[in-house]
Amino acid sequence: MKTVRIAGASGFWGDRNDALLDQVTAGPVDIVMLDYLAEVTMAILRKKMQDRPSSGFATDFLKALDPALELIVDRGIQIVTNAGGMNPQACAEAVLGIAERKGIRGLKVGLVTGDDVFGSIDGLLERGVGLENLDTKEPFSKIQPRVLSANAYLGSDPIADALKQGAQIVVTGRCTDSALVLGPCIEKFGWKPDDWDRRAAGVIAGHVIECGGQASGGNFSGGWQDVPNLENLGYPIVEVAENGEFEVQKHESLGGRITPAVIKEQLIYEIGDPKSYLTPDVTADFTSIQLEDLGNNRVRTTGIRGRPPPEHLKVSVTYADGWTNVVSMTFVWPQAHERAERTVELVLARCKKMGIQIDDYHAALIGASGAHGPMAPARDSDAPEVLLRFAMRASDRTSAKRFSAEMAPMMLDGVPGACRGLTPGRSEPTPMVNHWPTLIPRDAVEPQVSVLVS
Amino acid sequence: MKTKLYNLAHSRAGDKGDVCNIGLIARKPEFYPLLVKEVTAERVKNLFGEWCRGNVERFELPNLEAMNFLLHGALGGGALASLRLDPQGKTYGYALLRMEIDVPDDLVFEQLV
Repeated sequence: MKTVRIAGASGFWGDRNDALLDQVTAGPVDIVMLDYLAEVTMAILRKKMQDRPSSGFATDFLKALDPALELIVDRGIQIVTNAGGMNPQACAEAVLGIAERKGIRGLKVGLVTGDDVFGSIDGLLERGVGLENLDTKEPFSKIQPRVLSANAYLGSDPIADALKQGAQIVVTGRCTDSALVLGPCIEKFGWKPDDWDRRAAGVIAGHVIECGGQASGGNFSGGWQDVPNLENLGYPIVEVAENGEFEVQKHESLGGRITPAVIKEQLIYEIGDPKSYLTPDVTADFTSIQLEDLGNNRVRTTGIRGRPPPEHLKVSVTYADGWTNVVSMTFVWPQAHERAERTVELVLARCKKMGIQIDDYHAALIGASGAHGPMAPARDSDAPEVLLRFAMRASDRTSAKRFSAEMAPMMLDGVPGACRGLTPGRSEPTPMVNHWPTLIPRDAVEPQVSVLVS
Repeated sequence: MKTKLYNLAHSRAGDKGDVCNIGLIARKPEFYPLLVKEVTAERVKNLFGEWCRGNVERFELPNLEAMNFLLHGALGGGALASLRLDPQGKTYGYALLRMEIDVPDDLVFEQLV
């Protein structure tokens, strides 16, 4: 049976840039997918693009691609990535720039656009599309003047189209992570639009490798001590068969571990109702997945079922939501917790006295209950030390800036037994960008596919 | 007897908006029915207390010997808005694995913690 080997090489913007070269040199692959986009990434990229129109995409992709491009071209390996972010056109042109610098002629770069619906917001509202918050049901008017970006999650068909038009590298903006795997499968195998089971298998294969090393032994809570050679972690590869069955593997010479337990952790990562995993391509049923351990870092996946996708497309809107600042200070034995908590009270009282507006705050005692709050066990009154991390949010930048100026004096004016926290001096405020998930009708989005040639 | 869930299960957690998802996976198939019996949505809700403002949903995946918990309103406003140290709830699975559950006295398992 016809198979295709699709490798993952990035799980987020900030992942290892050498993973792509590893994937194409350590063994055979047909296609490599690289995922760069998280909810926050799009808003950061829009801001960058406002400052510099030629930016607005995940530039790490170029760093990953540069040392691997000749090999990719020689071997005819295809690359599919959502590194285009807010500006897929600039990303595709930058790829051509690398090819031309290396003297590579005739490289075809596919470009998928149409996900950016920022300019369509007014029209959608006029059409009666409410853009209410999908989770909280709040009205869009609450955030409308502060909106920074709005991108629909595109599915796999435009990616398959770009490949069909001969693109060797496909650059998209916002699409579902799983489309980066399902798209190539549709193009290779000609899976029909209503072949829900195979499409669901493609989505789940994508879900497995979209987070890079998390499916090959990274971040594995079922026995991290037994994962070998993590410093050379080999990212996962799915070998997908025409009938939708697939094996999860990795290159033998690279580190990591692939077992059913490892794959289960990734399968249940960031899903909702497992019977109804919604994508624009298909509704996948995670309770249908059957895993089989083939040994030697190979896990076989069969039995996947799917149903038609939902009527609407998900849109990720981001908006400006004030300013945050974070300060920290260390407190030593004895009464470390009590003195940290007293410091919080003192800083809040000082802020009130000085007229500093605080909309919200959170004090975490790192070393005791910093990450887990009320879920953490009872505090240790004999604790050798705790680190206070004190975060706040204000509507205006000035309040957020003046907040940090009230922390430093606590060294001399507050409780004893304190020394600096994680950063010296006064910390600077950062703008908060918040996320607003919503739905729009499918016909409000028109994906466009083009092919550029070096 | 009682034991920490960590000895019977492993976990991965993540975020979608202000919802934290915690996947809980039996270390051995024979532990799965125990997890289904003991780790109810109600117990998870109680464990997270004021840090989970909404309800807790539980979904079973017997094919993977796993369960998925959705904790609504559990991330302090969501990954982008939260002021918490762990705004994505990446470590919340470990808060659950620390929970003690009742197991039969003759249950064979490795004492990992």
